[in-house]
Amino acid sequence: MASIGSRLRKEKIAKILMQMAGITITGSLFLIVGTILYKGLPYLSWEMITQTPQGGFYIGKEGGILNAILGSLYLAGLSTLLATVIGIPISIYLNVYIKSGSFVSRTSKLIFDVLYGIPSIVYGAIAFSIMVLFGIRASLLGGVITITLLTIPIVVRTIDELISTVPVDLKHVTSSLGATKLESSLVMLKYIKPGLFTAILLAFGRAIGDVAGVLLTTGFSDNIPKYLDEPTATLPLAIFFQLSSPIPEVQGRAYASALILTLIILIIVLCTHFLASKQKKHKI
Amino acid sequence: MQVNYRLIKDSVSKNVSAGLLLLILAVIVSIFFGLSAKAYPLLEKISLWEILTESVWSPMKGKFGFLPFILGTLWVTILSLIIAVPLCLGASIYLVEYATDRLRNMVLPLMNVLAAIPPVLYGVWGVLFVVPLISELSSLVFGINSSGYSVLAGGIVLAVMIFPIMVSIMVEVIQTIPLELRSVSLSLGATKWETIQHVVLRKAKPGIIAAIVLAVSRAFGETVAVLMVCGNIPQIPKSIFDAGYPIPALIANNFGEMMSIPLYDSALMFAALLLFVLIFGFNLISRLILNKLEGKH
Amino acid sequence: MYTFPSVETKETQDIVSNSYPHIQIKDLNVHIEGRHVLKNINLDIPNNCITSIIGPSGCGKTTLLKTLNRLLDDSKEVTVEGSVLVNGEDIYANHAEVTHIRKKMGLLSQKPFPLPMSIYDNIAYGPKIHGERDKKKLNAIVEQQLKNVGLWEEVKDRLEASATRLSIGQQQRLCLARGLAVEPEIILGDESTSALDPLSTQIIENLLIDLKQQYTIVLVTHILRQARRVSDYILFLYNGEIVEFGKSEDILLNPKHDITKQYVKGFIS
Repeated sequence: MASIGSRLRKEKIAKILMQMAGITITGSLFLIVGTILYKGLPYLSWEMITQTPQGGFYIGKEGGILNAILGSLYLAGLSTLLATVIGIPISIYLNVYIKSGSFVSRTSKLIFDVLYGIPSIVYGAIAFSIMVLFGIRASLLGGVITITLLTIPIVVRTIDELISTVPVDLKHVTSSLGATKLESSLVMLKYIKPGLFTAILLAFGRAIGDVAGVLLTTGFSDNIPKYLDEPTATLPLAIFFQLSSPIPEVQGRAYASALILTLIILIIVLCTHFLASKQKKHKI
Repeated sequence: MQVNYRLIKDSVSKNVSAGLLLLILAVIVSIFFGLSAKAYPLLEKISLWEILTESVWSPMKGKFGFLPFILGTLWVTILSLIIAVPLCLGASIYLVEYATDRLRNMVLPLMNVLAAIPPVLYGVWGVLFVVPLISELSSLVFGINSSGYSVLAGGIVLAVMIFPIMVSIMVEVIQTIPLELRSVSLSLGATKWETIQHVVLRKAKPGIIAAIVLAVSRAFGETVAVLMVCGNIPQIPKSIFDAGYPIPALIANNFGEMMSIPLYDSALMFAALLLFVLIFGFNLISRLILNKLEGKH
Repeated sequence: MYTFPSVETKETQDIVSNSYPHIQIKDLNVHIEGRHVLKNINLDIPNNCITSIIGPSGCGKTTLLKTLNRLLDDSKEVTVEGSVLVNGEDIYANHAEVTHIRKKMGLLSQKPFPLPMSIYDNIAYGPKIHGERDKKKLNAIVEQQLKNVGLWEEVKDRLEASATRLSIGQQQRLCLARGLAVEPEIILGDESTSALDPLSTQIIENLLIDLKQQYTIVLVTHILRQARRVSDYILFLYNGEIVEFGKSEDILLNPKHDITKQYVKGFIS
């Protein structure tokens, strides 16, 4: 039987190791944001956010990346909206209308798990082939389709997880009061509202940051898109292209673009937290 | 009648939802068939076995050996797991069992932030920070000359990318272990650490494995960040400091050229199909394992 | 093995009231995941009385209760054979409309579960989904039900507060009020005071005794003293079968079957 002293010592060592692990992980976050801040801040300017690329932008002259900023926002916004509108009913159907544990339910959930894991490049490759087939050119529409498909499994899965945290009593109570399944689901959605917002915002974050999906389907343009069938610039691609340039000025601007993207993400996360905390009123 | 109206609403929503579900499933099935159809021409010319085990990749000469890519993907993924799993497990246990509420409430949102950072930013960070670091490290410590663009860089970047998923799921899993279980162990005289090792972790095993599986899924398919730091040379990596070329990167990099060289587009579609099948199989197996584990407890 | 209580039921029905029995259970057999959980249940539940279902853990008490409002419908691998007639109509018939049936049965669960809404909305939820939109009427319903369960004075100033902030005894009374707001005919209680302190338990028990004038009440309990205090009739269930059914005093003080004798042994006090 090990002495109490050595057992406590083992615990102490374990604790220290775990603390170091934690520090490494949180440290990496600060490292990433810090590096981008450090490299990107010098090149961040008002023009960057408010102007589209002017002539010679890519060799270091004037302009900004407004085209990419708006392009990304449009793309991610539309895709997330569609994915939510499609994903929430599907998730509710799988959990409320079908008996969980049935073949349909389990198989569908497995399929969505798989879809969740499929890299965006695969979605991009498919969409590209379809577009070639139908003669659709690379455009905002192409991007929206691809990113929506990509985001739906994320929404379905996250909401699935959320629904599983709902105590079964809730369904019993509403059923016992004579509610239809639709009405019960509405109360359930109310219960998971904070989580819902988080899920949607995180889906948005994923949609806006994706490169591989848009690489082949959305094209690139120096203009702000007005219609769905125009090629559209996106922030991740803008960063990508600028980074591969040999001109230091342009590379620097890549970091600034990265910084802008980071800021957008940070705003989203802050909003998520703000909304989530406001909904704590009826937490059981 | 009031009741009928409610029932109609219920019925309609049920059918609409079911319809959406079917639609999405149909899309998936057509993806699979579409990919297969496009990949077929390649399989006609070269046998599946040859494709998977040949190590020469030279499309212009009609050589499509996928082995370097398969190995490249494996190297990067496994490296990221080796780095990430112990770190995440340790951090998660600490967060749930030992950390103060304040600390927890600060760190968990941070994880959400990490999760939301787009891959391309990890790539940028990788290029700025990780690649030079590896280059220095490999020559200083190991005396190897490396540009830094290596599978190790890919592994590190990937590991950081999967931290947030793993930590958040692991934390949740450990948190759901009921207090009573811990109380029982502690009141038998065990230290907290022993309780964790033998009681909590055992109960949390299915969930922890699920977290790892999820993270691997993510790591497997991550394209951009890895692409930026792993060197993109179609060779079989012999050490962690060698450059590699994971499958997603292959597809992303070469889409432009594929039209001009015969069978190239088929090969790339095959790559996509390969990814699809691998991830499908992986998910299926892990779900089966998970079900077995959960059944046992 | 079981006693078909038709003789006793008929007698008791005649004594209690001449009206058609509210709930009649005929040849009910329930299988869950392959196990035969309820076997050949035949029973008429007396109107405007409190009937308690007692029996050892796992004998099927809660299952029997849940067949009455078809709450088992959504559970995995459940087969229900036989019929349950409410006011003469089989609730398990193919064309039976389940939301209507459930409205007739108010269920009070073991653990109080307030809906994630304010106190007002909790009670108004039922009437709202069944079509009541008139604000004045809803206000009246909320006030009436809260008064019925003795909560009105305690919460009238904070109807908009979240129901989750109430104490557990208050929550259970809220749940009762919520269930009564949809104007059921029958109240079902599943060990509804197990989670409460003695004072709250007493309040709920007294409420139920008052309510039996208007409702038929079926309770599941494992507390024999509660059965004694509260019920008019007791049903003893063992291994999924009815062993004995009759007036409370008869079952508790003069049980006829050996198994019943074993179970209520030591109660006499």
